[in-house]
Amino acid sequence: MRRSFQDIYENSSEFIRTFGAFQLFFLRLLRYSPGILLKRFDLVVKQVYNTGALSLVIIMVCGLFVGAVLALQAYSNMSVFNAEDWTGVAAAFALVKELGPVLTAILFAGRAGTALTSEIGLMKATDQLSAMEMMAVNPVRRVLVPRFLGGVIAMPLLAAIFSGIGLFGAHLVGVELFQVDVGSFWQQIQLTLEIGDVREGIIKSCVFGVAASLIAVWEGYNAVPTAEGVGRATTRTVVITAIAILVFDFMITAALI
Amino acid sequence: MRQTRSVEIGTGLFVLLGMSALFFLTTQTTGGDDFQAESVYMVEARFENVGSLRERAPVTMSGVTIGRVTDVAFDPVSLEAVVQFVINAKFDRIPDDTDASILTSGILGSQYIGLQAGGSDMYLEEGSEILFTQSAIVLENLIGKFLVNSGSSSSDEESN
Repeated sequence: MRRSFQDIYENSSEFIRTFGAFQLFFLRLLRYSPGILLKRFDLVVKQVYNTGALSLVIIMVCGLFVGAVLALQAYSNMSVFNAEDWTGVAAAFALVKELGPVLTAILFAGRAGTALTSEIGLMKATDQLSAMEMMAVNPVRRVLVPRFLGGVIAMPLLAAIFSGIGLFGAHLVGVELFQVDVGSFWQQIQLTLEIGDVREGIIKSCVFGVAASLIAVWEGYNAVPTAEGVGRATTRTVVITAIAILVFDFMITAALI
Repeated sequence: MRQTRSVEIGTGLFVLLGMSALFFLTTQTTGGDDFQAESVYMVEARFENVGSLRERAPVTMSGVTIGRVTDVAFDPVSLEAVVQFVINAKFDRIPDDTDASILTSGILGSQYIGLQAGGSDMYLEEGSEILFTQSAIVLENLIGKFLVNSGSSSSDEESN
């Protein structure tokens, strides 16, 4: 009995310790961020390329099909009450406010987050990070911060591209396939969607960008430096990011509504 | 060196694409305010029922947006809705016997104020009130009337 109490105490204090270390890690990254942005912007550009430009294909293909399937569902339901013109509105609302940021963030965790975690984890496993410290190069500053910033910059842009391409997919299904009038399709979107809706999507994608990059970098940096440990850290990145994003999504939506 | 160059081109293209997507989302998909005027004048109208008319609803004349609703309030004395709206100062020759009605765009659309020009020589100006107004058509009332009418007409047919 006493033993199990002790276990619970140790586990929960371990959880709180990890959580605190995570916050301190975030603050540490933030402290180095302005310096890296001003002095070593080339490193950040390289990471924007790695996390952003290389994720373009998956984001665009997924966006196209998500928009198309939204329009398909919306059309088949809206046509019941002769409101086919609202097909675009349903797709646009879903894309801009929810699916754009959320799906992009989850795809981002799968495509870019795992790459970050395994890259940093392997650097740690092969003692590259320790070697840097030996040379008086701060690995947090030189390796982690540029990757974090690259993700933070890339994520909102990816989400915007996802929503834009998704609207194009909705247009293809609604206008080209189901012959909804192109004028009323877009006019209805413009009349209903407000700038605040787009702003909500942008805020979400920025928050998700910070969360996804931070978790990926943290998991890599704290991976157990073995082959198995790096593999586990990569898995944990996807799982934790997906949970964190859906929880944050709920909180942001509740706060902005 | 060659590799850095292609990375830079790739990044540049990606950021440009992202920016243009953001631009597209903010400007093309949102109606925003198609009404923008440097100077405006405020006009008031009283309605028995404004339906779901809200702030920022457009004020149109011949289908063109010339103003925007700024306030919808309830007058506790006359028990009427008081709607204040601004009209672009460019349009300063709107007769003061113009009538205002609350219309709906489409069957599920949002409501807006439509102005129908009168014939007076005096024009609307800051603070003037539109006297001739027509309330919003409330769908439930319309259906109620329709049901009552169809009920009475079928009973007429039976009596014939």
